[in-house]
Amino acid sequence: MNFLVFAEQRDNKIKKSAFEAVSAAKGIAQGLGAQVVALIVGDGVDEVAKTLGNYGATKVVVINDPKLGQHSNTAYAKVIAEIARREGAQHVFLPATQMGKDIAPRVAAKLQAGLAADCSALTVEHGVVIASRPVYAGKAILDVKITTPTKVFTLRPNVFTAVAESGTAMIEKASVTLEAGDFGSVVHSIKVASGRPDLTEADIIVSGGRGLKAPENFRLIEDLADVLGGAVGASRAVVDAGWRPHDEQVGQTGKTVSPTMYIACGISGAVQHLAGMSSSKCIVAINKDKDAPIFQVADYGIVGDVIEILPELTAQLKTMLGK
Amino acid sequence: MIVAVCVNHVPDTETKIKIGPDTTTIDKSGVNYMLSPYDEFAVEEGLRIREKFKGTVTAISVGGDLHKETLRKALAMGVDRAVLLKDDAVRDSYGVAKALAEELKVLSADVILFGKQSIDYDNAQVGTLVAELLGLPSASVVVKLDIQDGKAVCEREIEGGHEVVDVKLPAVFTAQKGLNEPRYPSLKGIMAAKSKPIEERAATPAEIRVETMRIRKPQGKGAGRIVGTEKSAVPELLRLLHEEAKII
Repeated sequence: MNFLVFAEQRDNKIKKSAFEAVSAAKGIAQGLGAQVVALIVGDGVDEVAKTLGNYGATKVVVINDPKLGQHSNTAYAKVIAEIARREGAQHVFLPATQMGKDIAPRVAAKLQAGLAADCSALTVEHGVVIASRPVYAGKAILDVKITTPTKVFTLRPNVFTAVAESGTAMIEKASVTLEAGDFGSVVHSIKVASGRPDLTEADIIVSGGRGLKAPENFRLIEDLADVLGGAVGASRAVVDAGWRPHDEQVGQTGKTVSPTMYIACGISGAVQHLAGMSSSKCIVAINKDKDAPIFQVADYGIVGDVIEILPELTAQLKTMLGK
Repeated sequence: MIVAVCVNHVPDTETKIKIGPDTTTIDKSGVNYMLSPYDEFAVEEGLRIREKFKGTVTAISVGGDLHKETLRKALAMGVDRAVLLKDDAVRDSYGVAKALAEELKVLSADVILFGKQSIDYDNAQVGTLVAELLGLPSASVVVKLDIQDGKAVCEREIEGGHEVVDVKLPAVFTAQKGLNEPRYPSLKGIMAAKSKPIEERAATPAEIRVETMRIRKPQGKGAGRIVGTEKSAVPELLRLLHEEAKII
């Protein structure tokens, strides 16, 4: 029995979420007597393919094709479904990234499989994989079982741990025939945003809300994020007010995040915001209202004015980190 | 241009989720429902496409009678037709996609719009699944959509930036916040929507592919501690992050 893991790469670098997916699959494969086969697709990915062996893959299938240098959900889905069939894989895993989520429903349909999307935990009960997936933006967890013979899972980034181990994977080059009709959509360019890490991938997020009083005060959030190498987030209130771009919004109608540390500054903690960030491993809250709901989920809180506290925090951190 | 917009009826974002007595769904008592926020961007985009190219916009929803409320909202915003594919039972994403795909086959729309995800089950898979079932191209999480002779150039959000994607029409797009600013229904629109018909037919049956075993509350962390007040608390916070949490 084989598990197939789609190892997403961008610019010929394997994403951290792909290593996490390989390790997560490995974690449950043993109990089911399965081997983990990783699949990497792109143009010029031979070199990076080898590293997948260090995370638990026993074999890596490499598809190098100039036509696959850029993401196309239709073509990638065809390749993944075809390799799943060749490998006899009845469990297929993809990272729940913007690429993985764009492809997985197609893979599932091609394999007549159910898809458990955006899973945050995988366990095995009586020989069957049970996937736990946050719903209502994390206000509840659904435990699901896929009832079709082939099963597809997407795994939420930053939740599973990529476990490095010594091991080498057998590398197998393969190809899948693709025709013009397989490229219904084609990426022709990529626009890079801020240069800071993306919210869904960041280890540290510094997030700001109404307590910052004015859009220009977000500089204080950015300064702290930059000292920590973190991403910048925002509450819905400040996004709706036009202070910050919508792609920084954390919460039920924004991003759901689970960084190592989330620093909420001047955010009171509306239900819909808490839903998007309360699975963060460590939460720091700074708010002038000691009764703000954000303190109910925070590990550490400071009651006070963010405008006063942030520059002090940034300055002391700089000294501490020798920056 | 024939445009279809697929919409869902979901608990509003302020809802405090309680587990229902069946332990597989939420307790619906006292819950307010609304048009799923991302679907609202899809409806707005459909209306803008019609304003530019003429044609019709049809809103479609799969579910029980309560979904009529959301279809009325779409009608009030300005869609021409509303279709309820009726099924009172809970369907998984495949079941919803299957019912929509059957209806969409008949409509043969040029542009099919969805919200990027429905904010109840957060699957983010029905739109792309419908595209695959219909053999159409798709782009998900779209923040910009520019339609021009037989194709669309769109921008979709990815980690750390945007992908610019060329998509041949007919195609499916799923809307992300930022695509547009949805209009408020006018009073006239709301009044007119009350008398517009909602077409109703039984949703095509589909097997369950993903079965819910149980729904449960996440393990709460519980409140932590207040380290102190104002600037003077900063050194203690940093000490805790370094020595106790070991993050810095």
